[in-house]
Amino acid sequence: MAMRFFPHPLLTVWIVAVWVLLANEVTFGHLVLGLILGILIPLATSAYWPGRPRVGAPMMMIEFMLVVLWDIVVSNIQVAFLILFRRGDSLQSRFITVPLDLKSPEAITVLAGTITMTPGTVSSDVSADGRALLVHCLETDGADETIAQIKHRYERRLKRIFE
Amino acid sequence: MQWIGELAVSALILIGAFFLLVGSFGLAKLPDMMRRLHGPSKSTTLGIGSLLIASMLHFAMASGHVSFHELLITIFLFLTAPVTAHMLAKAHILRSQADRNSLPSTGRPDGWATLDVPKRAAEK
Repeated sequence: MAMRFFPHPLLTVWIVAVWVLLANEVTFGHLVLGLILGILIPLATSAYWPGRPRVGAPMMMIEFMLVVLWDIVVSNIQVAFLILFRRGDSLQSRFITVPLDLKSPEAITVLAGTITMTPGTVSSDVSADGRALLVHCLETDGADETIAQIKHRYERRLKRIFE
Repeated sequence: MQWIGELAVSALILIGAFFLLVGSFGLAKLPDMMRRLHGPSKSTTLGIGSLLIASMLHFAMASGHVSFHELLITIFLFLTAPVTAHMLAKAHILRSQADRNSLPSTGRPDGWATLDVPKRAAEK
């Protein structure tokens, strides 16, 4: 019964929170309106999102966010340096294949997004069976090193959160 | 005490403007589509991020209460930027014969999702 009316309870909580933040003040009216949206939107979209992702390990989530934020700052400085002081042709850019241990689609989505936002890498495609990511590197010495870093820094933590 | 806050806001605006400029410069300078994608998809995150922190800090000092709109902008930006970059990369792979031929193997029986259909789905 609860599953039928709240197909994604976390999404409901999230929508209410975003609605209140959008209004920028906590009033009863905004809470009720947010709650109505928070119930209707998951119901209307549940056909397109049949899975029920398990999300756990809140401490790991905070750790993951801090690691990603730190990497974003470092990568911005690195990429800015590459853009300003290197000739475009001299950059060792290439595609690499990152095999995935993650199975949950939500976790893979977060990993792909994280890769795009961090050190000189853009996730470009996923294999048809969803078990490998195609990643484009702006400047890389060795594919193995980049793959090891992605797996160690992000995938290991996401596995704890989602699986 | 006021001037420390103003100094911090000014510094953040300058840092943000610098990274946004570098991101746009990279878009113009780098030689091919996939390399160009790196400039705007990355340098802008720190650029926009610094500007939003500056905005939060400024209005917290000016009006005394914290605005959360900047936080929302950051979240929406982090949700949408990778999706845009991903779609651009996929469109490029589909269009460029040279890049399609130089893609590394998936290491799996199936190919890349842009170019191949998963075997199980194809059999159905």
